[in-house]
Formats: sequence, structure tokens, C-alpha cells
Amino acid sequence: MRIVHYLNQFFGGIGGEEEANSPLQEADNAVGPGRLLEQTLGDGATVVRTLICGDNHAVENQEELVDAVVERVREADADLFVAGPCFDAGRYGMAAGALCSAVQTELGIPAVTAMHEENPGVDLYREGLYIVDSGRNAAKMKEVVQRMAGLARKLVAGDPIGLPREEGYLTRGLIRDQFVDKSSAERLVDMVLAKVQDRSFDTEMPVTSFEPVARPRGVDDLSQAKVMLITDGGLVPKGNPDNIEGMAATRWGAYDISGADDLAGEDYEISHGGYDPRFVQADPDRLVPLDALRQLEKEGAVGKIHGEFLSTSGLSNPLSNTRRLGREMAEKVKQEGVDAVILTST
Amino acid sequence: MEKAGVPVVQMTSALPIAKMVGSNRVVLGAGIVHVAGDASLPADEEKALRRKLVEEALDSLKAEGNAD
Repeated sequence: MRIVHYLNQFFGGIGGEEEANSPLQEADNAVGPGRLLEQTLGDGATVVRTLICGDNHAVENQEELVDAVVERVREADADLFVAGPCFDAGRYGMAAGALCSAVQTELGIPAVTAMHEENPGVDLYREGLYIVDSGRNAAKMKEVVQRMAGLARKLVAGDPIGLPREEGYLTRGLIRDQFVDKSSAERLVDMVLAKVQDRSFDTEMPVTSFEPVARPRGVDDLSQAKVMLITDGGLVPKGNPDNIEGMAATRWGAYDISGADDLAGEDYEISHGGYDPRFVQADPDRLVPLDALRQLEKEGAVGKIHGEFLSTSGLSNPLSNTRRLGREMAEKVKQEGVDAVILTST
Repeated sequence: MEKAGVPVVQMTSALPIAKMVGSNRVVLGAGIVHVAGDASLPADEEKALRRKLVEEALDSLKAEGNAD
């Protein structure tokens, strides 16, 4: 088995945070966790190439990195691509996820990585990848590499992959068909009995959970503050210049309102398949309340309305997607020096 | 955005969803189809309603008078 292994600067032995800007470099042998991987796999498995890149460089130049790594993996004629384990290192996880996903799609060879459940790379890539649950830090390196090796063997051989808890990877949020011995009614009664008898049981339908976000402190003086309007109601300029989808939107847009006191229906349309848009179409201020906020700006109650409103369409959207949209909008909000946001949701 | 430290008030009529996802500041809107308005009101009353909703939203964004 020919393996290409991706590591960050730390696990690749280049250095710590001071080397986070190191560009992509390579070795033609196993390095660090790669040696353990070779040993664990045994049976002639060889890391034929190790690719190492600094965490900052990787995230700041992700597109170039992905292209370069896919090319190196192709040249190496690899059977398997492995990245990490990344534990709770966020930049490392983001890069590992992007690389595994690109190698799988573009070269059609299996990829395996490992991260802590809360690594941001998990949210973004869990649906498409086998991500072994690594825990927060390198304390369980050996076990983690063993699980990665077990999955890798099966993936390369084309053997069926068991459930997440059997194989030790993070749930992908996929539902697959399976033959079972008991009807759903029987399984339901079994679960209810287990619950009242305090025995453990596995739900077949885990409820999505949202981790609480600490409430940020409010604004001390709104009359000096810059406020931004955002909506998930799909209001876009006529012609929908960014092609924001009416459901499961993958994009958002920023639209100029700097000269406007009021939004006029003839300038806008609504790209949202989840509510009756006629009232907002007739007067978009019913969704993005610019007229009222502009009045309050003129009266001095707020310092300044940011010159653009942000918009996307919040309907039937996978969380991995909406979390990315949220992160991108948050970057924009920080960049523009916005102090507070009014978000209108349909 | 709140993870980045910027306070956000969500104006919505779908209160259960705002609660489910854990929004920290919520103003109840005037309906799913017109969060910040009410098409059944005369124009001037609708404007007054919108202003009241926006004022409520701004109030919730203030540090003063809010338990942080």
C-alpha cells in the first residue's frame, strides 16, 4: 500500500507556532505519526511521501495548497491519502479536511483523517469524509493511529465500513439502509422500556444540538455605534446578481443601501422558497427595516447604518453549510468594524 | 458573529427556532411573511409598528440596563 501523508509544521518536525508560515515541503519517507502509521499497518505499507505545511500558510493559501497536494498525490501513485491526526488544532483540521476531500473527489482514492469532535474541520467536512475521533490532544496518539489504520485497510480493500461507534469515526450525518430483525414498533417499545428501567439504548434519530454561544456584551453607546442589517429572508436586488439559491443556499450577498432611506419593491426580489413573499415584495422594509432604522440614525439614536445589508436564504439548509455562511458573514462584520447586528429571520 | 464578540439581535416570528438554536437576543416580529411590518395595517400605523420593533431591537443591543 502506497501512502501519502500530510502533516502540519508541528507534527512534521519543522517547529511550533513560529514556523506556522512555512510553505509546503516534502520528504520521501515517513515522518512523526507517519512512522507509527507504517508500523501499525505493517504488511508492506509504505509512506512514500510526506507533505508538510505550516498551519497559517495552509489556511491562507488553501486553494493553491489543495492543487499542489492533489498533484503530489497523483505523481506518487498513492493508494491512500492520510492527513493528521489533527486533534483540536483548528487550522490543521480545516486544511486536512479540504485536502482529504479534494484528493477523494479528484483522484478517487480513499482518504482518512482524525480530529477532535469540536475541530472546525469536522463541521465542514464530516459528511464527505471518514474522520476518526482523536480526542483533544496527542495523549492517545497510538489508539488514534490504530483506528485510522483499521479504517484505511478496509477503505483500500473496498470492504464495507461499519457504523461510527464500531469503527471509531465521527458520525457523518448520513442515513443508510439496513436490514433489521425487529419492526420499528418493537424497537420503539424496547427503547421506552430501556429508558424507564434506566438502561442504556441508542436512538436511531439523534436530535441536532446547538452548543450555546456566550452572549456578547451589548453596546455602550449606540449613538456612536455602527449597526448592520442582515436577513435570512432572501431579499436580493432584481436579477439576483449572486444567484443565491431559494433553498439550501450556498451563498450570501452584500447589497448597497448607503444612499437609500427606504427600500422599494421594484428594485428587489425574493429568493426564498419557504414563505409567501408578496408582502415583502410590495415593501422590502417589512423584511429589512431600513426606513425605520434610517429615521433613528437621523435622530441620532444610532451612530451609523453600515452601507450594505447582507442577505441569504435560510431554508432547508444543512448545518455544515449555514455554519460556513455564518462564519463568512462574521468575518465581514469584523472587517467592516460593525458594532452590532439586527438580523431579521422569516 | 456572537462567537466573534459582536452582539446580534434576531427579529423573528419563529420564536421556537430562535430558542432552539440559542439566540441570545430576540425581538418577536409581526409575522413570518412580514417580520418588520403588518400589511393589514394602514401605512402610517405599519410604519409606527416597524419603528417600535426596531427600537426594541436597538434597546436589546445596549449594554446598559441589560444583564450581561
